[in-house]
Amino acid sequence: MIPPAFEYTRPTSVDEAVRTLADGGEDAKVLAGGQSLLPLLRLRLAFPELVVDVGRIPELRGIREDEGTLVIGAMTTHHDVVRDPRVRRHAGLLAAATATVADPAVRHRGTLGGSLAHADPAGDLPAVILALDATLVAVGPGGRRSIPAREFFVDYLQTALRPDELLVQVEIPARDDWGFHYEKFQRVAQAWAVVGVAALVRRDDGRIAEARIGLTNMGSTPLRAEAAEEALTGATAVGAVRRAAETAADGTRPSSDPSASPEYRAHLARVLTRRAVLAAAGMG
Amino acid sequence: MTRISVKVDGTTYEDEVEPRLLLIHYLRDRLGLTGTPIGCDTSNCGACTVDLDGETVKSCSVLAVQADSGEVTTVQGLARDGEWHPLQKAFHERHALQCGYCTPGMIMAARDLLRENPAPDPQEVREALEGNLCRCTGYQNIVRAVLAASGQEATT
Ligand SMILES: Cc1cc2nc3c(=O)[nH]c(=O)nc-3n(C[C@H](O)[C@H](O)[C@H](O)COP(=O)(O)OP(=O)(O)OC[C@H]3O[C@@H](n4cnc5c(N)ncnc54)[C@H](O)[C@@H]3O)c2cc1C
Ligand code: FES
Ligand code: FES
Repeated sequence: MIPPAFEYTRPTSVDEAVRTLADGGEDAKVLAGGQSLLPLLRLRLAFPELVVDVGRIPELRGIREDEGTLVIGAMTTHHDVVRDPRVRRHAGLLAAATATVADPAVRHRGTLGGSLAHADPAGDLPAVILALDATLVAVGPGGRRSIPAREFFVDYLQTALRPDELLVQVEIPARDDWGFHYEKFQRVAQAWAVVGVAALVRRDDGRIAEARIGLTNMGSTPLRAEAAEEALTGATAVGAVRRAAETAADGTRPSSDPSASPEYRAHLARVLTRRAVLAAAGMG
Repeated sequence: MTRISVKVDGTTYEDEVEPRLLLIHYLRDRLGLTGTPIGCDTSNCGACTVDLDGETVKSCSVLAVQADSGEVTTVQGLARDGEWHPLQKAFHERHALQCGYCTPGMIMAARDLLRENPAPDPQEVREALEGNLCRCTGYQNIVRAVLAASGQEATT
């Protein structure tokens, strides 16, 4: 289908983009890679009056290291994230999960910032960013602010970003020696996750010293499996991991859709958490 | 209207377009390059795959204005001096198509793979083509054709 008509502008700096967004008010929409927004426009599920294309703002693109923190520009594509050696070294979980997003052509256009700002609970990267305890940096007319991942995802397709704020970068604490694994259950290749589990594990002397578990599609926002994280602390054997994984769906409220009931999603969360943690801890 | 300048299959075009115009509609309806089809409304099928600045994109999910000052290659730009591209030949010879609707996208996606990985194994071919749906062939001959074009004879 053909998208509804809109005005189009392509700022060349963050300042110009923010001014344009502020002038556009509620009817302005940021266009990043367009891999969520363009399908929505084509299906006429969104009607922006002004589309602000941030695709040619050099400062939004790229990856750098800054004293133990990996800084990824919002407009960095999935393709670039997957291939970057620094991401693999310091945030292997993000590289692994991003490689499962969509297909090569979508990964050439789709961006990390766009995936997070879109905040689809079925998207793979919100849960990963949550497990990595990343910080999201936004710029608006009032200046720059840092938003912890835990406060960023507010509801279904809703974030803490204000309409006149631009997400500019994601800061991820380097976790070079943590084990990681992203376990995604999908009906067919290229389909969205029915449920996904992002696991990060720090081992010390053969036991799990710390675990972080992010859940994809287990509610209206990505979630942390806090009960399981706690139960995993100190686990030394496969049996303990199995028992801890039984609590993975505690406190979640997964949705129902044609591919899965809430009960089935809860079951998947437990099974996938067990698999993801065993793989991350090298106990498989 | 927004003014764009795009190079498509070697020719530069200057045009005034509506911002909402999708790249696929620009290619097909404005430039008459109907070799690239549209297969879906959900960005899933990959039939519309073209190259934009050296990377595959789904041209139904890119605005023509986003391709401004860029370079597009479609399946129609692959042949050289009347000679088919090795992938086009391999698809023909290995019966990698039935209705042919998915073929332009398949060939563009396979070309993208071979640029990065000149000698893929069958699994890598399947993963590279995961964004391209074929409703006819069952994929077997498509995978064979891509392996053949990469100079490897398929054993699967
Ligand atoms: C066929 C297909 C399959 C897919 N499969 C998956 C999958 O398996 N897993 C997955 O996680 N994703 C999947 N996706 C979605 C993909 O990851 C998108 O790239 C992503 O959701 C959006 O990123 P984008 O850069 O394209 O953003 P856009 O589509 O450009 O924008 C998305 C939304 O975020 C806002 N936005 C974007 N950037 C910013 C910013 N910097 N600041 C403020 N707001 C911003 C936009 O206004 C818009 O509302 C799929 C998409 C397609 C088309
Ligand atoms: S027409 Fe572009 S993906 Fe189907
Ligand atoms: S040959 Fe008919 S869709 Fe692939």
